Amino acid sequence: MNELIKLSVLEMRDGLLTGNFSSVDLAKAHLEEIKATNSTYNSFLTVTEELALSQAAAADVKLSLQKSNSPILTGIPVAIKDQLVTEGVKTTCASKILKGFIPPYNCTAVKKLLDDGAVIVGKTNQDEFAMGSSSENSAFGVVRNPWDIESVPGGSSSGSAVAVAAGQAPLSLGTDTGGSIRQPASFTGIVGVKPTYGRVSRYGAVAFASSLDQIGPFGRCVEDAALCLRAIAGKDKRDSTSMEVPVHDYLHEIKKFDGHLKGLRIGLPKEYFIPGMDKEVEDSIRQSLKTYEKLGAEIVEISLPHTEYAIAVYYIVACAEASSNLARYDGVRYGYRYPEAQTLSEMYEKSRSLGFGAEVKRRIILGTYVLSAGYYDAYYKKAQQVRTLVINDFKAAFVNNCDVIATPVSPTTAFKIGEKTADPLQMYLGDVFTVPCSLAGLPGVSIPCGLDSKNLPIGLQLIGKPFSENALLKVAYSFGKETKFDTSKVIGRRF
Amino acid sequence: MAITEETVKKVAKLSCLELNEEELHKMKQQISDILDYVEQLSKIPTEGVKPTSHVHGVTNAFRDDVVKESLPVEKVQKIAPDFRSGSFCVPKIIG
Repeated sequence: MNELIKLSVLEMRDGLLTGNFSSVDLAKAHLEEIKATNSTYNSFLTVTEELALSQAAAADVKLSLQKSNSPILTGIPVAIKDQLVTEGVKTTCASKILKGFIPPYNCTAVKKLLDDGAVIVGKTNQDEFAMGSSSENSAFGVVRNPWDIESVPGGSSSGSAVAVAAGQAPLSLGTDTGGSIRQPASFTGIVGVKPTYGRVSRYGAVAFASSLDQIGPFGRCVEDAALCLRAIAGKDKRDSTSMEVPVHDYLHEIKKFDGHLKGLRIGLPKEYFIPGMDKEVEDSIRQSLKTYEKLGAEIVEISLPHTEYAIAVYYIVACAEASSNLARYDGVRYGYRYPEAQTLSEMYEKSRSLGFGAEVKRRIILGTYVLSAGYYDAYYKKAQQVRTLVINDFKAAFVNNCDVIATPVSPTTAFKIGEKTADPLQMYLGDVFTVPCSLAGLPGVSIPCGLDSKNLPIGLQLIGKPFSENALLKVAYSFGKETKFDTSKVIGRRF
Repeated sequence: MAITEETVKKVAKLSCLELNEEELHKMKQQISDILDYVEQLSKIPTEGVKPTSHVHGVTNAFRDDVVKESLPVEKVQKIAPDFRSGSFCVPKIIG
């Protein structure tokens, strides 16, 4: 194993600027690690070796000319979730219906990374079309958790989380619709950021549920994730839901942390401590709050009374939107087409039935049902109304009681492969702590806060006001600074 | 709420999906379970509550209607399953 893969992004940046190693060295080190470990983890669907080496060579030229004026990500390897389209590089969303699909354009977030000189090492495995919480819905095999290869790494951005946790890349991009960045970050002991809805352009993120989807970064420490977020954030005219809100230099801002959080009120929602959650997870979260108290923050008990309805709302809204979004896979313009079809309708039905996996079909059917005549008001409209109530809960808490909300990311740590596949509803219920934040479009960060007795990571979720990534990342950073949990020196390293 | 296999079949047809007997049976059970679960929403009073479709309340995002360059045909035809004479081809529709 090459020692270079152990560095943080800022350490890599230092090494590149001082000339201790080159961007090509970094790319090679990570490509070697992927080669050595991908057969175990199955975290990458495509490794872009040739592309990475040519991008790295270009980055080295840029570094030698521009030195410290070059963008901070110049020559830094990144891994990209297969949900994000990449020009000239296979993009499948881990679905047979897009097997071999090579997009003719780049996702905005990916383009922004490339413009900043980042080096793409490959596309990562995931649950098919981002539908799932374990990677077990991938058409191309399950992803394994580096902490225990018999356990899932979480999902749906499974491969992107594992890539960072296992040293295959220092940074990666995922997408989060109901927890798909935060939960795998938690299960693999790294940092994951779901930005405010509208913070990052969704252009080129293959659509699952358009009112919820956001792209966000994974890193082994808050600083790394923060500088990656800055690179991808901002208004994009190609996504009319991206918002015109100033993007801060998050890294610069969080470094202003001076060792105390005096005046900060952290809300602890009582509805997030439910029967059935791991005692060890609960203890670890409560312990984390003590750390915050030590830093001068005040812990306030709050109530988010509609929390228990969030999963029901989510599965109606997300499936309804998915059923509409996935109508585009019809075998006409791109993707898989059943070759033997005699009629157009046979072509549609066979292409879709053979192309989609079971979970995707289930969600399309559920979504079509809740949108159908006679059920629309009872299900879809009702869910949209209760969504408003969930949002109002958060608004009230932020207006009256607290600046940031702290919760567990997941009621359990990583579960065993196959443990929950028989019962989709049980799998859905595991998203209970990440879904409300998604419904409200709020920014959420998952940071590692401890290990359970099985030596599996536990994640703390911090939720902020809309577009408060600056403050939120600072609160996340302070925890890592105090406990060293996120510096990849204590629990973040599995390589 | 229990859903019948007949309804699942109909909805699958609307979604352009074919299910075999085994899939149909399983799907009916799983969709019924999920519908039972989401049924809890019906007990929440929502009279007069505005439905949320966009979290920040953005409604229209207008832009000028100007012709701009789009993806070139050469790129698009490469990803199409069947592309001939500048067109996407599908099985015959009209007899």
